[in-house]
Amino acid sequence: MIKLHLNGQVREVDAPADMPLLWVLRDLLGMTGTKFGCGIAQCGACTVHIDGKSVRSCLLPVGSIGNRAVTTIEAVGETPAGAKVQRAWLDLEVVQCGYCQSGQIMSAAALLAATPHPDDADIDAAMAGNICRCGTYVRIRAAIKKAAGARQD
Amino acid sequence: MTIQTPSGSQEVLSRRSILRVGAAAGGGLLLGFYSPAADAAGAAPPSGAPFAPDAFIRIDRAGKITLVMPQVEMGQGVYTSLSMILAEELDAAFDAVAVEAAPPSDALYGNPVFGIQATGNSNSVRAFWKKLRLTGAAARAILIQAAASQWKVDAPSCTAANSEVIHAPTGRRIAYGALADAAAKLTPPANPQLKDPKNFKLIGKPLKRLDTPDKVNGKALYGIDALPPGVKYAAIAASPVFGGKVGHVDDTAAKTMPGVRQVVVLDDLVAVVGDHFWAAKQGLEALNIVWNDGPNVHVNSEQIRNDISAASEHEGAVAKSRGDAARALKEGDAIEAHFEMPFLSHAPMEPMNCTVHVRPDGCEIWVGTQVCARTQAIAAKVTGLPLDKVIVHNQLLGGGFGRRLDVDGTEKSVRIAQKVDGPIKVVWTREEDIQHDFYRPMYYDRITASLKDGRIDGWKHRVTGSSIMKRWFPLGFQHGVDIDGVDSAIDEPYDIPNMRVEFVQHEPPAVPTGFWRGVGPNNNVFAIESFIDELAHKAGKNPLDFRLEMLGKTPRLKAALELVAKKARWGDPLPPRVGRGIAAQVAFASFIATIAEVEVDEQGDVRVRRITSAVDTGIAVNPDTIVAQLQGGLIFGLTAALYGEITIANGRVQQSNFNDYRMLRIDQTPAIDVHLIKSGEAPGGIGETGTTAAPPAVRNAIYAATGIALRRMPIDREVLAGRKPA
Amino acid sequence: MTWFTKLSATWRTLIVGAAAIAVIGGAAFYWIVLGPGPLDFAGGTTVALADYRGADPTGVPPQLAHASLIERGAYLARAADCAACHTAKGGKPFAGGLTFILPFGTIYSANITSDKGTGIGNWSDAAFLNAIHKGIDDEGKPLYPAMPYASYTGMTDADALAIKAYLFSLAPVHNEVPQNKLSFPFNKRWLIGIWASMFDSDKRFAPNADRTAQWNRGAYLAESLAHCGECHTPRNLAFALDHRNKFAGEIQAGWRAYNITADKDSGVGAWSTADLTQYLSLGHADGRGTAAGPMGEAVDKSLKYLTPGDTAALVAYLQTVPAIAGDLPAPKATPAPVSHHDGVVADFDPRGEALFAGTCASCHDWTGVSPIIRYATLTGARAVNDPSAINVAQIVLQGTVRDTPHGKVFMPAFGSAYSDSEIAALANYVTARFGAQPSRITAQDVAKLRLKN
Ligand code: FES
Ligand code: FES
Repeated sequence: MIKLHLNGQVREVDAPADMPLLWVLRDLLGMTGTKFGCGIAQCGACTVHIDGKSVRSCLLPVGSIGNRAVTTIEAVGETPAGAKVQRAWLDLEVVQCGYCQSGQIMSAAALLAATPHPDDADIDAAMAGNICRCGTYVRIRAAIKKAAGARQD
Repeated sequence: MTIQTPSGSQEVLSRRSILRVGAAAGGGLLLGFYSPAADAAGAAPPSGAPFAPDAFIRIDRAGKITLVMPQVEMGQGVYTSLSMILAEELDAAFDAVAVEAAPPSDALYGNPVFGIQATGNSNSVRAFWKKLRLTGAAARAILIQAAASQWKVDAPSCTAANSEVIHAPTGRRIAYGALADAAAKLTPPANPQLKDPKNFKLIGKPLKRLDTPDKVNGKALYGIDALPPGVKYAAIAASPVFGGKVGHVDDTAAKTMPGVRQVVVLDDLVAVVGDHFWAAKQGLEALNIVWNDGPNVHVNSEQIRNDISAASEHEGAVAKSRGDAARALKEGDAIEAHFEMPFLSHAPMEPMNCTVHVRPDGCEIWVGTQVCARTQAIAAKVTGLPLDKVIVHNQLLGGGFGRRLDVDGTEKSVRIAQKVDGPIKVVWTREEDIQHDFYRPMYYDRITASLKDGRIDGWKHRVTGSSIMKRWFPLGFQHGVDIDGVDSAIDEPYDIPNMRVEFVQHEPPAVPTGFWRGVGPNNNVFAIESFIDELAHKAGKNPLDFRLEMLGKTPRLKAALELVAKKARWGDPLPPRVGRGIAAQVAFASFIATIAEVEVDEQGDVRVRRITSAVDTGIAVNPDTIVAQLQGGLIFGLTAALYGEITIANGRVQQSNFNDYRMLRIDQTPAIDVHLIKSGEAPGGIGETGTTAAPPAVRNAIYAATGIALRRMPIDREVLAGRKPA
Repeated sequence: MTWFTKLSATWRTLIVGAAAIAVIGGAAFYWIVLGPGPLDFAGGTTVALADYRGADPTGVPPQLAHASLIERGAYLARAADCAACHTAKGGKPFAGGLTFILPFGTIYSANITSDKGTGIGNWSDAAFLNAIHKGIDDEGKPLYPAMPYASYTGMTDADALAIKAYLFSLAPVHNEVPQNKLSFPFNKRWLIGIWASMFDSDKRFAPNADRTAQWNRGAYLAESLAHCGECHTPRNLAFALDHRNKFAGEIQAGWRAYNITADKDSGVGAWSTADLTQYLSLGHADGRGTAAGPMGEAVDKSLKYLTPGDTAALVAYLQTVPAIAGDLPAPKATPAPVSHHDGVVADFDPRGEALFAGTCASCHDWTGVSPIIRYATLTGARAVNDPSAINVAQIVLQGTVRDTPHGKVFMPAFGSAYSDSEIAALANYVTARFGAQPSRITAQDVAKLRLKN
């Protein structure tokens, strides 16, 4: 049994220590908001927060998390940055198919939590690891700036 | 439940379907279609039969309006656009409209263009524009009728707005919900009055999408998220060599792994079933599989390229001919060029997956598909069950791009499920997804043209490539011509007196081909617009004027081109090694002009600085969605132009995941400006247009920046760095 | 007047020149051939194995003392890492066919399964010993020194024959390996014969009486079985190991085999015993980086199977190899700044950072300390502290797959989708951000590395 501090609750899961968190969330806990896109940390669809930092769950061994706090898309709206990002995403209608967006939002929320007023270089540095096949990048950038209360350009 | 089928039921729509009105069991109004065409399929309910199965629109007593959505949502915003069209003519409160995915039925939910239940070819709005408007208007008419008779006033004195019927003179108003039962007993008008577009209240407004809220909080459910009770998970390996078969499988190690439940060996693939996908994947890696590679083991890209260029030497089937191209080409001094497109994989962000539960007496499927009825049909075929015993729960699609127009994933999953007790979720790894796709065909285009007085006089365009239609929709392949393969080639926009377009069907060995975002126009717009730039160069004209002078017959494109030239500051000076390039296209009934501005460094690496598009897509149902689709489509096309190529060696696809099948990322994404042109014309298609526009615009910008005329996609840095000939 | 003065001036100069060349050449020749042996650095007196008083440094560790011949052979075959070279990529173990791209041609490793047609099924014990010790095949033809017989020659007959017994206990695999393709004169086997007679001492391991039994065990493992020097010791003009620079580092198969002498900066002198032990048994040491490429394979296929006692012996021996200063800086031990804004060298191709952000930061983080798995931590790793950036470029090009106690650990290969200039920019960014000294690798350098793969 592995103890997880997940979205403010303690959850026990019966999983091998080297099982990636992604599959623990999706297949053992039925939390399907976190997505599988590549399995090799190249797309960001599986992004979660570990102690507020964005981490790719597709390769993160569940046994290595320990007492650190895990936050997923299902609960990121309860964080100030997460709520701001979700609102901006809705306001600017960022989403297309939406499959990548859990990861995009988790990365953007972590960015704003660490860097409340990111410039374009900060956005590139934080978001370049998240692929969007539908091509919503233009609006993602705008939405992050909106969430940060920055001027649109 | 009662059905009102008036004597000689009126035909309000096409000859194919007749609007029927009825009452729902729980009360409320139902509108649906009875399709004579479907009689053959036995789908037409005899009078008095339950009506619900072909219900199309439901208005319940609470006023909730449900649109049973025939088209699937894969990011293109169709749930919202189609709901807007219905709500507009129905004068419904938009937030009262809910969408429900249609069950499988070509007869009842067929796309009016294809005649089958399919979402593709950027035609959802085009196909349902008339049908939904008429249905909404008819429903509105009977609701008003119901109110009028209740108030004992004549209908024309009543109006409707916001899901209410209003009698202005007396100030009375009554909600649709309260009228639903009464309306259900009425006869819909034969030819309901459609609104004058200038009175549209919803259409043309950037309304918020219905599907977005659940997509920002993790609640949206895609095929891969289906969790029927007791579901197990399967990871699969199909023969890495196309057409190869399973030889021998040693599963001793796999069987001992924790969480691994079962190893399913079929003739063409192996699946490992586990308590979770991780266990299944680990189990798969622990298998020792010996494949019988079969005859395709020597297939490679080099050979395929040589073969297709050889095939393009031969006369093709004539798809279009005007004037006397042969003479014009002989008289003028003709120049020829050939253009090549590579195989491409779709790589939607949601990898292929399908969840299936096969029981002796039925089969249940959870999947995101662009062809719901075909999904049901293939499952019925594999299991031998009757259609009505196959239930398909269509889910949101995490991207389609054409990949989910094929049902190979369902077919494989059902075969696996037949061997498994209980529901099984089969998930493709990204590697499996990229290496077992239906690929965008390799195309080889030969174009010859001659000039007269600075204009094109003769034009011969021969398209050589795979016919997807022949496999997917045989009606679309006639007399040797694939209508998709020559789309945007036979109807090129320029005033060319003598032209001839040919199609040479040439199937690559082993490599399966399928529709890919942008379909036929992708190839043809690239070849035509690239060559137009080379002709402008030969004519000594600037590519903008050269085009404008030849767009007499296509004023809507001409206007778009003039607008984009202004917005993109065409002609303003640029630094060295930076250039602007034009792509002008008529595709999917939309008129789009695009200008890309790119920079090419000494190493041949390309940076796209900015893309500007001007779009005339007719009436813009939801302008915000249209802009979004253009932005996304352009980026999809940029990825293809900059990186996209699937190569084959020893009968296998060499790419595997995003490390070697590269995607554009946010930091390389240029500023994109999209300008919509107001229009009263019927709506055009939009989802694929950006994808066809980006590659030629970028290619022509590179031509302007470096003088290097690329003839093949993707962009080859070696060529731009001068290390390889173009 | 001697005959010499009768000659024309030209002739005289020629002869003088020739003589000079002969003398210098001869000197060089002796300098090379009569160079020290692999163990000479240790000094002291060596004795024949039979006369050695301490515990027998050869054979298998005590745990296997009573194991069957085949089990012992299996352990020794792993210690000698036969599989690494005699297994083709994706091929059956020991069935041969692995390609070696050498400056003078291409050769393929032999099928050493017991298949009679294509393997060594017909080989007698004597023939096998000849191959291991003298580099001569069963038909008396000299073997190319890609086969490290100059090292294996130290192996005892008993150990070599245990390995043969193990190989013959496995199912034979029929696999015809391709003919070698070598340019003249290297395609002349007799030339190789001469090479072998010069550089293969054909002497069994002789313990050093003045060293501990543990040291001797380590020496036997390192020199006669694991053949560390074949990659880590520089080669001389004759492509033979130059033991004057023992373990000072060399470039092998396009990867840089680092300096593993006791030098504090360039070598492993600063590594603790625990560091070395962890690295050899796990292919990773916290704060020191993770083995990839050929060393990753050596760990996964061979070193990780050594008993703790043997690993300790190997470490003890390694720590006595004299320091040889090299050009590599002491690795930077502190993580890079958290923000991409800080710590970046200004004049770098900006694509380096962009590529890092998109494809690397998810696993390696801007600090270099992986948030996912310790194997992916760059801080302190030699590769990012190597101003040639050869191994950084190689791992980006080829990726790596490691088979660890924590499961399969991998890095994807980016070579096919990224250009030479992009990979150069990325490698230079990575060394600048995480290493002690930025590299200046060029697109042309990367192109050359590709050819070696
Ligand atoms: S699924 Fe984890 S990064 Fe792609
Ligand atoms: S919205 Fe579809 S992949 Fe990003």
